[in-house]
Amino acid sequence: MKNEFKVIADLIEKDKKVLDVGCADGTLMKFLKDNKNINIRGLEISKEKVQECIAKGLTVIEGNAEKDLKQFPDKSFDYVVLSQTLQAFLNPELVLDELLRVGEKAIVTIPNFGYWKVRFHLLFKGTMPITKTLPDEWYNTPNLHMCTIKDFFHFVKSKNIKIFRSLALNNLDTSTINEGNIGVKNMFADLGIFLIEK
Amino acid sequence: MNTEKNIKTLIVKKPLKLDCGKTINNFPIAYETYGSLNSNKDNAILVFHALTGDQFVTGINPVTKKEGWWSYAVGPDKAIDTNKYFVICSNVIGGCMGSYGPSHKDPENQNIFGTNFPVITINDMVNAQYNLLEHFGIDKLFSVTGGSMGGMQVLQFISNFPDKSKTVVPIATTSSHSAQNIAFNELGRQAITADSDWKDGNYTSNNTNPGKGLAVARMAAHITYLSKKGLQEKFGRKLQEREDLKFGFDADFQIESYLRYQGSVFVDRFDANSYLYITRAMDYFDLAKQFKGNLSDAFTKTKAKFFIISFTSDWLYPTQENKDIVIALNSIGADVGFVEIESDKGHDSFLLDVPNFLNALKNFLDKSYEEN
Repeated sequence: MKNEFKVIADLIEKDKKVLDVGCADGTLMKFLKDNKNINIRGLEISKEKVQECIAKGLTVIEGNAEKDLKQFPDKSFDYVVLSQTLQAFLNPELVLDELLRVGEKAIVTIPNFGYWKVRFHLLFKGTMPITKTLPDEWYNTPNLHMCTIKDFFHFVKSKNIKIFRSLALNNLDTSTINEGNIGVKNMFADLGIFLIEK
Repeated sequence: MNTEKNIKTLIVKKPLKLDCGKTINNFPIAYETYGSLNSNKDNAILVFHALTGDQFVTGINPVTKKEGWWSYAVGPDKAIDTNKYFVICSNVIGGCMGSYGPSHKDPENQNIFGTNFPVITINDMVNAQYNLLEHFGIDKLFSVTGGSMGGMQVLQFISNFPDKSKTVVPIATTSSHSAQNIAFNELGRQAITADSDWKDGNYTSNNTNPGKGLAVARMAAHITYLSKKGLQEKFGRKLQEREDLKFGFDADFQIESYLRYQGSVFVDRFDANSYLYITRAMDYFDLAKQFKGNLSDAFTKTKAKFFIISFTSDWLYPTQENKDIVIALNSIGADVGFVEIESDKGHDSFLLDVPNFLNALKNFLDKSYEEN
């Protein structure tokens, strides 16, 4: 399981109720269910991925976060997880609001467009950056609203959303982001993980 | 057609008060089982059949000598694995495969009921079938499942008996019959009652059979079970055993011949009055209405795990109507999974060899059973 999921799993206490939005093949869900006795649900847009989840015995709803989160009542989950998907929505702000309505807390991870390799790629190659966390070409990427860790940090603050934990990931290195080091983290982390609450 | 000796029957002694206000008692429920009940009695699945189905889910139907209606899904090693599960299915009341219905005799006057049989509802069907649990000494089913009208019974069952099944799998169904659904059923009923051989429902005593009307009802309904794309791919404008159009009203096109065939074989196995009664029960089905318009309230008492399945090309009970059930369940925090299966086979997809559907059903059941 990738390091990102391990970090997410560490943020969630045992026996909680969790919704994984864009749960893909259910890897994180399965881990949380088996290791932390989490009452876990998933929402996934891909029919194939939904089938994979069902084959793992996971409860998944085929659907689109932008349309289908609204069916969940307020604060019906302890945590709502959104892994590397926020940038792919037509309206990320609306999705973020929905995550925080449905969950007591939300865990959102952001592929960092401020990562030095991304910057260097654009600066020296002059073409759209392709990295481990941003593997697609400009013409076939699902990403519509790329942002940096710094962008997301400021955006969340401007919406009066509380940040409980903000973590920077660079391969296996995990470190805490704060006001003082955000410039550096924004350069050297390829992924940001935020535990937030409204 | 209900005197065959291969039909197992449970006589329900307890009176059953029907939604129409009448009470029936000492009535038969015809059923069939597959696989065996384990010693804990926790491996039973109650399957509910659709409009024209019966208790003979899989294998060769001893009455019609044809494959059972859900042979693709039910059997050894299949999605509903009879090596593992004990499958029970019964003919709905109002039906014509042995359960109490309009072709039975009225105990009060020994005349065949015909349209004097009480109008029954999905709720009545489910309450009647509940007696099978007591008959087999099953405290809690592992699952209840069925497609189409079978799915309606699934929803009604778990609403009526919230702690009587661990899992709930409604397929290609709705919580409320739409105007379009009612319209198609009315078309079928009108075809039957317009047949002069129907004789106000007393065709048996008149030695007639409204076969033409029933066949037309079946033909019209059959179209609603298929998709436009499926029909076009299978038949297109292909001609039936002829080189060119005949400029007449014989079946020039293969689709015409196919529908006529479907109509004619249906008449051999189905009772016209039963068709009236069962379609009426479907039309009356509106689960939300039973709970003052709030569908969620139908499920607040159950802790069962739901898995809802729809099909992309099903326009009779489209995905949105299945999703409405998912939404009602999610809004009360119920344990519900949902998948829409890609298929161009229309509403009939749940009866056919659609591997993604059968895999999803199998995986859901088997994984849920492992967690038992």
